[in-house]
Amino acid sequence: MGTVGILCNSLQIFGSVGTVLNREARMIVKQFHSPGRKRASLPIPQEVTMVQEKFAPTVESDLDRAEALLLYRDLTLGRTFEDMCAQMYYRGKMFGFVHLYNGQEAVSTGVIKQLRPTDYVTSTYRDHVHALSTGLSPRSVMAELFGKATGCSKGRGGSMHLFSAEHNFLGGFAFVAEGIPVAVGAAYAAKYRGTDAVSVCFFGDGATNNGQFFECLNMAALWQLPILFVVENNLWSIGMRHHRAASLTDIYKKADAFGLPGIKVDGMDVLAVRSVAKEAIARARAGQGPTLIECTTYRFRGHSLADPDELRDPQEKEFWRKQDPIPRLAAFITEHELATSEELKNIERSIRAQVEDAVQFAEDSPEPPLDELYRFQFAEDE
Amino acid sequence: MPVKLFYEALHDALEEEMRRDANVYVLGEDVGHYGGSYKVTKDLYKEFGDLRVLDTPICENAFTGMAVGSAMCGLRPVIEGMNMGFLLLAFNQIANNGGMLRYTSGGQFKMPMVIRGPGGVGKQLGAEHSQRLEGYFNNVPGLKIVHTSTVYNAKGLLKSAIRDDNPVLFFEHVLLYNLKEDLPETEYLLPLDKAEVVQSGTDITVLTYGRMRYHCLEALSVLAEREISVELIDLISLKPLDLETIGTSLKKTHRVLIVEEDMKSGGVGAEVVASIDEQYFDYLDSPVLRLAGKDVPVPYNGRMEATVIPQAADIVKAVEDMLELRV
Repeated sequence: MGTVGILCNSLQIFGSVGTVLNREARMIVKQFHSPGRKRASLPIPQEVTMVQEKFAPTVESDLDRAEALLLYRDLTLGRTFEDMCAQMYYRGKMFGFVHLYNGQEAVSTGVIKQLRPTDYVTSTYRDHVHALSTGLSPRSVMAELFGKATGCSKGRGGSMHLFSAEHNFLGGFAFVAEGIPVAVGAAYAAKYRGTDAVSVCFFGDGATNNGQFFECLNMAALWQLPILFVVENNLWSIGMRHHRAASLTDIYKKADAFGLPGIKVDGMDVLAVRSVAKEAIARARAGQGPTLIECTTYRFRGHSLADPDELRDPQEKEFWRKQDPIPRLAAFITEHELATSEELKNIERSIRAQVEDAVQFAEDSPEPPLDELYRFQFAEDE
Repeated sequence: MPVKLFYEALHDALEEEMRRDANVYVLGEDVGHYGGSYKVTKDLYKEFGDLRVLDTPICENAFTGMAVGSAMCGLRPVIEGMNMGFLLLAFNQIANNGGMLRYTSGGQFKMPMVIRGPGGVGKQLGAEHSQRLEGYFNNVPGLKIVHTSTVYNAKGLLKSAIRDDNPVLFFEHVLLYNLKEDLPETEYLLPLDKAEVVQSGTDITVLTYGRMRYHCLEALSVLAEREISVELIDLISLKPLDLETIGTSLKKTHRVLIVEEDMKSGGVGAEVVASIDEQYFDYLDSPVLRLAGKDVPVPYNGRMEATVIPQAADIVKAVEDMLELRV
């Protein structure tokens, strides 16, 4: 009875909108009425292409040796730190949900390294590397993951709640899309005070189907707020492929509906991200309003360390691994003779030592005292 | 002393605080050019401009999140919920970010944010516009929850809420905006964490808040004629509870009746009962009872609606019943 009722309603609804939907409705009805054959299902959208469109080509002319090495250092720090997190998680040094950023480093580095210390950043539950790029020390982030009192959130936050007031890193937001309006608030504060600070929020493709994303695009464009909406489109929301969740898969095109610029960029190319970010930051700083940037990227690991990652096609993973942003930048640097591969190796070694030092620091740090359970809840508890 | 209406007292509190501190700004639906649905923000934009009296699009979740972000950056947002029920759409931003973020950041950010507006059962507004959200939000850590009830406390409490560095949920009642009262000409602030002893008495303590204060006062005048002496306390601070004032009173009367407009299940009254049980059980001569809103969506029909919330006659009967239990 339930099924029949639903079908009748569907037919009525579809019937009122037009022939195309009618056809769709009939198809669904047919499936419903064919027990033992094919189960009812939603129409399956077309697969998205894996070939990337380079809307923003790599711009190299203004990249000097110092900046190239800074970018390389930051990419490497992100990767090395996350690999270490995986080890520490499996060794039982950290707990809970730990979402690693491997593969997406070019987005964090490409955008954040163009910011000033007075600018603001919000992130998601996949926030370690954004925090590091923003300037939080590997020690303070690792100690937080170990739940120690020396952690950036004093052991109260954990992986998904990293914060640093000192670095204007407004968080680590554990629920999808909730950090976007917070970043809009920071941009609003900048406009309110007449400063030239810029706010950047990072979020994934999954967040772009959430109302807060659209509400914020609207407000930011309406009030011409100095903000960058940076989408890290890694194609997957845990096990939901982007094209199964979004009616229009090109996220950058959604900017059009709200009257702000939307740009798609190869998120595996740190220099391409950098050049797009530079332009958007300059616009924001000059009072010309927000920009939506869609970075096509891919996570090399599962959604979290608890995800066996069995759903994604190995061929797809391979396709993206070949675009690893770190060797790409390394090749660029050596080809353009900005540094030798030996120098890059030295950077990797020093980063490795820095991350090992962070682990040692976290290991040696004290846990927060239990009698401070209520501390920090209210402003009165400093 | 100037006579002020309830909404004017709130307006004046906002105006004074906005003049005092350039970081204070108001945001919400129709707070600017329209002046607020209950005129609380009337003409403020003329003095303070559109940035400080911000008309937002109708997107409670996002503009509440925006207020959170601005508070983290040092502004002091005052959100008006056109109807407090709409804030259910912003529950995540209020609870997860407004309430918890200071703690999860290890105390790095303050959250000086006020969320104010009308709630409660009005006159046949229908279920969604007749909500009392105290119970919903009472479970959120990190929030302070205040319920105003008089013109005097509306002004003094709002000023304190704006100066507080924590997120404050500030409830007004939709049927109280036209109350009148003489207010002091000099500035005053009221504490956010103190209950008010409205009337002293010896036989029984009645704890209430919000508009139910007036239903209780009505009942008290009937009970006085019957020579029953009631101590009436307006809780005002719903979180944290002022258990000291409650305790002092019940040590004197040994009997407590709670009168609340919110639904009974899991409401503030339930919390009060449990807290009294834990701290003052030995002082009680009878069980603490609750007269509360019925656990049902508020119906449109006027007669049915009236039965949903405690009326003066219900309070009279409950007090008399409790005193007959006297041993």
